[in-house]
Order: sequence, then structure tokens, then C-alpha cells
Amino acid sequence: MSIFIYIFVMASVTYLIRMIPFTMFRTTIHSRFLRSVLFYIPYTVIAAMTIPAIFFSTGDVYTSLIGAFVAFMLAYFDCPLIVVALMAAFSAFLAGVFF
Amino acid sequence: MEKKRFTDFKEGMLSGIPIMLGYFSVSFGVGILAHQAGMSVFSAALLSATNLTSAGEVAGIDIIASHGSYIEMAITQFVINFRYVLMGLSLTQRTDKNFNLPHRMIASFGITDEIFALLIGHNRKISPWFTYGVIILPLIGWTSGTALGAAVGSILPESITNALGILLYGMFVAIIIPPAKKDRRIILAVVLAAIFSSCFKFLMPFVTGGFAVIISSVLAAVLLAIFFPISEKEIEEEGR
Repeated sequence: MSIFIYIFVMASVTYLIRMIPFTMFRTTIHSRFLRSVLFYIPYTVIAAMTIPAIFFSTGDVYTSLIGAFVAFMLAYFDCPLIVVALMAAFSAFLAGVFF
Repeated sequence: MEKKRFTDFKEGMLSGIPIMLGYFSVSFGVGILAHQAGMSVFSAALLSATNLTSAGEVAGIDIIASHGSYIEMAITQFVINFRYVLMGLSLTQRTDKNFNLPHRMIASFGITDEIFALLIGHNRKISPWFTYGVIILPLIGWTSGTALGAAVGSILPESITNALGILLYGMFVAIIIPPAKKDRRIILAVVLAAIFSSCFKFLMPFVTGGFAVIISSVLAAVLLAIFFPISEKEIEEEGR
């Protein structure tokens, strides 16, 4: 078992999964149902990836909860992405220091 | 034309900075795992530069460490990364007219959860050079973070690396909250997907993370599409 063959297998499978749908599928979709699904997919994918994972993201539920709360509040008030992300991490860090 | 490419590329690079920072810290952890699995700094960096995906790489490192078969490796990568199929399909509806086949073949390499989210959230159709700009810094951050992690092992105090674990999720939150505030259907879609995904985590832990995300998101999106299909007017407004 060679490490480079492993990496090659991983990279090939991952690239093909990314490349084929993006290249082979170039016409505009007319089905209203499919367009609706594709309209919602980005939000549902991100939501499913974020919740519940964010509550375990720091390895501790309490600091994660505080970081998540800060992220939700700052995002609600339209702060830029980087501010939301860094403040979430910073507050989780602070919470970890104090608890 | 040249100038347009440059401004697009620059705009993309600027928007990719948060992703680069997040990737750098996350991939640092990937590098540490790779080191523990006995991989060299070079192979760890090569792995990240050619795969550019967190969950797939972590699962792959496990298989490498346990000397699994190449078939197992291929199937695992396929399952974990299958969500990129949805993202690729979704992105085809957002590309501008300059996105020809060669551009698509190159740009598709850089489709990740975060880059996809950024591209889809862009306020107009995406051009190839904007997309390359978005991809380049996260790719560099991801690769160098992995290399550094593999090189120095765990040198940062745990309190810092733990807290950094929330970075990317914080970014996700910042991506979905603003549009959800303006559209109740999006709130519903987000809440449904979150409930489904939580059910998988707590009630069906045997379903792997990649599958849980695929099923939850497709189910929520299909339900919303059935009960709240987007109107013809919105289709026109989106100009897709």
C-alpha cells in the first residue's frame, strides 16, 4: 500500500465528483420544481452542516454554545463574515479561560 | 477585458480571506492527524493540495493509518464527498457566459463547502476569474496549514486550537442568517434541515456525517420546493 496511490485515489474520486456535475450539466433548468430545490439546497446544506456540529465544534458544549450565540447575534446584525467567525472563536476562547 | 479579469480575481481573493484563515487553522489539525498516521510533511501537504476537503481527508487519513484497501478508500471518498454533486449542480445555475468547459474543469477542483457557500451568496453571476480568486487563498491556506501541522505537531496550546474549531461554523452562520432574515421560506428551510441533521446525529449516529448532510439537505429542500415553490417572477428576477 503506497501512500501516493492512496492520495491519488482520494484526489481522483474527489475531483470527478466535483467536476462531472459542474461540466456535464450546462443547460438552464426549466422545471419549476427542480429550480425550487436548487434554490433551497445551498441554505439547507449549510444549515445541515452547521447544526448541530457548531455546538460541538470546540470540543466543549458550553464554550461552543457561547461561541455559537455570539455568531448568531453578530450575523443577525449583518456583521462581515470574518468578524462573525473570529468573534465566535474569540468568545469561545474567553469562555474556555473563565470556565 | 484584461482589466475585468484582474478586478474579478482581486475581488474573489478578498472574499476568500476569511476562508483562508479558517482553513489554515482547521488544516493545522488535519496536519497533526497526518503526522500521527505516520505521513511525512510532503505527503500531508500533497494530500491537502490535491484534495482540498476536510471530512474526506480526515476519513482518508484513518484509512491510510489502518492500511485499508484502495477500494475502501474510493468508496469512502465517494460517499463523504457526494454532497459536492449537489453543489456543482447548483453552481451551474450561477455561472456567467465566460464559464466555458476548460474553465469549469479547472474551477470545479475548488468546490468546497465554504467556497460554494461564498460563490452562491455572491450578489451576481460568478465569472471564472472571480472563482479562481476565491479559490487561490483558501487552497494556499489549506495546504500550508496542513504542512505546518504535520511539521510541528501540537505546538499551540489546546485552549486556542479548540476555540478555532468554531471559526468555519461561525462563517456558515454569517452566510445563512442575513438571507433568512429577509425570507421566511429560507428560515423554514434552514430550521428543517437543522432538525433533520440533529435527528441523524442524536438518533441515528450510525449514519456517517456526509450521508446525514446529503439526506437532511435534500429532504428539507424537496419539502420546501413542494410546499413553497419559487414563483415564475422570482425566476425572472434571479436572471438565471
